[in-house]
Amino acid sequence: MLDCLTDQGHAVPSACRAGVCQSCLMRAVRGTVPEQAQHGMTPTMVARNLFLACQCFPTQDLEVALADDVIERIEAKVAAIETLSDEIRAVHIRPLAPFEYRAGQFVRLFMDVRTSRNYSLASVPLLDDDLMMHVRRVPGGQVSGWIFNQMKPGDTVTISEAFGDCFYVPGRSEQNLLLLGTGCGLAPLYGIVRDALNRGHRGRIHLYHGSRDACGLYLVEELDGLAVMHPNLRYRPCISEGPSADGYWAGTPLQAALDESPDLSGWRVYLCGNPQMVEAARLQTFLAGAGSSEIFADPFLPSGIAPMPPLNAQ
Amino acid sequence: MFKVTGARIDQASTCVLYSSRAALEMMDQSNHMGDATMGLYEDLGGAAAVDAAVDIFYRKVLKDNRISRFFAGVDMAKQAAKQKAFLTMAFGGPNNYTGLDMRKAHAPLVKQGLNDSHFDAVVEDLGATLKELKVPDHLIAKVAAIAETTRNDVLGR
Repeated sequence: MLDCLTDQGHAVPSACRAGVCQSCLMRAVRGTVPEQAQHGMTPTMVARNLFLACQCFPTQDLEVALADDVIERIEAKVAAIETLSDEIRAVHIRPLAPFEYRAGQFVRLFMDVRTSRNYSLASVPLLDDDLMMHVRRVPGGQVSGWIFNQMKPGDTVTISEAFGDCFYVPGRSEQNLLLLGTGCGLAPLYGIVRDALNRGHRGRIHLYHGSRDACGLYLVEELDGLAVMHPNLRYRPCISEGPSADGYWAGTPLQAALDESPDLSGWRVYLCGNPQMVEAARLQTFLAGAGSSEIFADPFLPSGIAPMPPLNAQ
Repeated sequence: MFKVTGARIDQASTCVLYSSRAALEMMDQSNHMGDATMGLYEDLGGAAAVDAAVDIFYRKVLKDNRISRFFAGVDMAKQAAKQKAFLTMAFGGPNNYTGLDMRKAHAPLVKQGLNDSHFDAVVEDLGATLKELKVPDHLIAKVAAIAETTRNDVLGR
């Protein structure tokens, strides 16, 4: 398919043309690609219908797109705004058209045509009627300011379709899962944990949520309650700088996780939040034995540096 | 978005859709290593062998004090893909590396002092990886020989 598209003048990136470098990554929007074209994909990539154009010899009609192109803008209504802590609100959003996503993915929320931010979804399709995002009040933040000061239930908002690799993939219910998050990085992990438990995941599910001080932690009681109900769930709220407190771990979530589980061979790892934490954790969990295809990262880059490429004029 | 329709492509362009088998044969011809090394690739276990080796190899390299500084600050996901491509080539598998690619990619590292000792360290880590995977010595020697052919390109000589 790579040859065909480039011969016809479409700009599909490529390098090795041997199914290895993944430069020619594309997405099948409609139709099914042959298995060979998905060789080397992580389970979450396969679930998102990603494939390598250089390895794709179609056997049926296909509609394809470059992997990260934003395809749709979807209207939605604000269903509720919930206060989770002084700094953090949960925004419940109800799309006005059928909306597919997996717990842990993110959407782009548009404040206006020019201004948008990515927010991870904390909701679970099988458990929650509405989408849910966790938003932190950022001092001087444009979009968080809009959400905290102006947004109200009943408002109409625009979102994109769901993106991202960080979601639970059923099929390996005995695998141990490690989830590390900082700040609002808890949002996708909260969704993934509940999704996994709801699907009967039996392996260990270890969630470490970190913040500089106790103010940045939230949903502590809910997660404690969940851990009581599910013996395979371990929840550790971590404080890296502030004064230590009863029931909280001192240190970063990464340190706490590696202290408790120094050997991560066979584990799947989800990393969400502060980019420095995510990159450090990606390296350290890999060195601790987690396979590179089993580590899923969703770094929360500061506004203005969205991980998604710019909107394409098609 | 691009619509790819099975029947229509072959007239518009020089690209024709082949069955999977014929496509694999075409891939064989396009890689410039040839029959001898495709035999090695198959003996080692092909793509599955690369998959098994890449994490082990990359971990060794990152923990190797002689060379870890060259990987500091590198995007891990991209680097892992490159390691996979390198292993595929070293195993005699299909690839499109040219000497020029290797030169350009490593030129900044040469400026930082990359030399024979570092190249030796990488080949050593590669050998240790294959030993860990219980690959017989004579096949390890063949892999090392292929890796060796890139030395001058990597070191910009």
